[in-house]
Amino acid sequence: MSDADAEADPVGDVDAIAALSDPVRRRLYDYVAGQGREVGRVEAAGAVGVGKTLAAFHLDRLADVGLLDVVFRRPAGRAGPGAGRPAKLYRRSAADHAVSLPPRDYGTAATLLAEVVEALGAEAGLEEAARRRGRAAGAAAGGGDGVEEVLARQGYVPYREGGAIRLRNCPFDALARDFPPLTCGMNLALLEGLLEGMGETDLAARLRSRPGECCVEIASKNNED
Amino acid sequence: MSRFHLAQLNVGRLRKPLDAAESAGFVAALQPVNALADASPGFVWRLTDEGGQDATSIRPEGDDLIVNLSVWESRQALWDFTYRSDHLELVRRRREWFVRMAEPVLVLWWVPAGHTPSVEEAMARLARLRENGPGPHAFTFRRPYDPTGHPET
Repeated sequence: MSDADAEADPVGDVDAIAALSDPVRRRLYDYVAGQGREVGRVEAAGAVGVGKTLAAFHLDRLADVGLLDVVFRRPAGRAGPGAGRPAKLYRRSAADHAVSLPPRDYGTAATLLAEVVEALGAEAGLEEAARRRGRAAGAAAGGGDGVEEVLARQGYVPYREGGAIRLRNCPFDALARDFPPLTCGMNLALLEGLLEGMGETDLAARLRSRPGECCVEIASKNNED
Repeated sequence: MSRFHLAQLNVGRLRKPLDAAESAGFVAALQPVNALADASPGFVWRLTDEGGQDATSIRPEGDDLIVNLSVWESRQALWDFTYRSDHLELVRRRREWFVRMAEPVLVLWWVPAGHTPSVEEAMARLARLRENGPGPHAFTFRRPYDPTGHPET
């Protein structure tokens, strides 16, 4: 469906992940990935506290290895002759990167299992297992960490929008593309269990799906929109 | 703009008639979700019955089978509406209102831009998918084809 489905390239992925071993580059990547929009080098440099030339060097390196996408765009409201050169902007690439040594292929296993769950109509059983697992993870997380910290550690890239916590990243993206209701139902149950396990009785997870983000958002139980 | 648009047919066998209490949640969701479809990027057309609001009174195959037939500018546009909007909640709850069917309930095919598919045409595409599996003339989200008949990934 998109470049996220491109065949895995273990060697390319090693390069991509190795590129993050530089701490400045890692911070720049985390900053751009956390914004959920296109970011220019000046903004990224300011956020990370380095010069814009150094930031541009690292951002281009991140783009070379496929962790960021580059787009050229004119500032809003400026077009046509005399509008100046389009600005170079960066955003997180949709492609998955993983390195497993020795090689493991859990993606294929997940796809096969999902196919069978769907064929058997066993979604309720999957959601029950997910809720149990979420509860256990929530109980283990505890320790004074807030919901957002715990979600961030699980890779959801949470952010606030109005009174709700939105999740910028779907940890199950590739599976959710092929099996949306099954995967999103599982994810919702996982997060409901997580909130329960953490004792967050005032918060509810609910399906609020949007393009490019996780299908679930978390909000106060009293807030119905 | 592509010369081809994507048509989709989705069928559901009701557990209870639409006026039964058990179907109330589905009936209540129809108007908002249809409005959401109409306003979605890439939406082209959807079938409505004589009531003009939805297609729930069109029953091409027995009293309990209802259909949803629509046309979209692209597969991505239809996918985003189906699974990346509040429509997903309806999909997730489908078993509350619809019988689980072993055979496919959704079929996709390309139509020339401007063509409005008939219910007969749509049901024939679904029959084709059920008989032969996905192919250029009747396919699914998971096994899609492009308008020239080549499998897409």
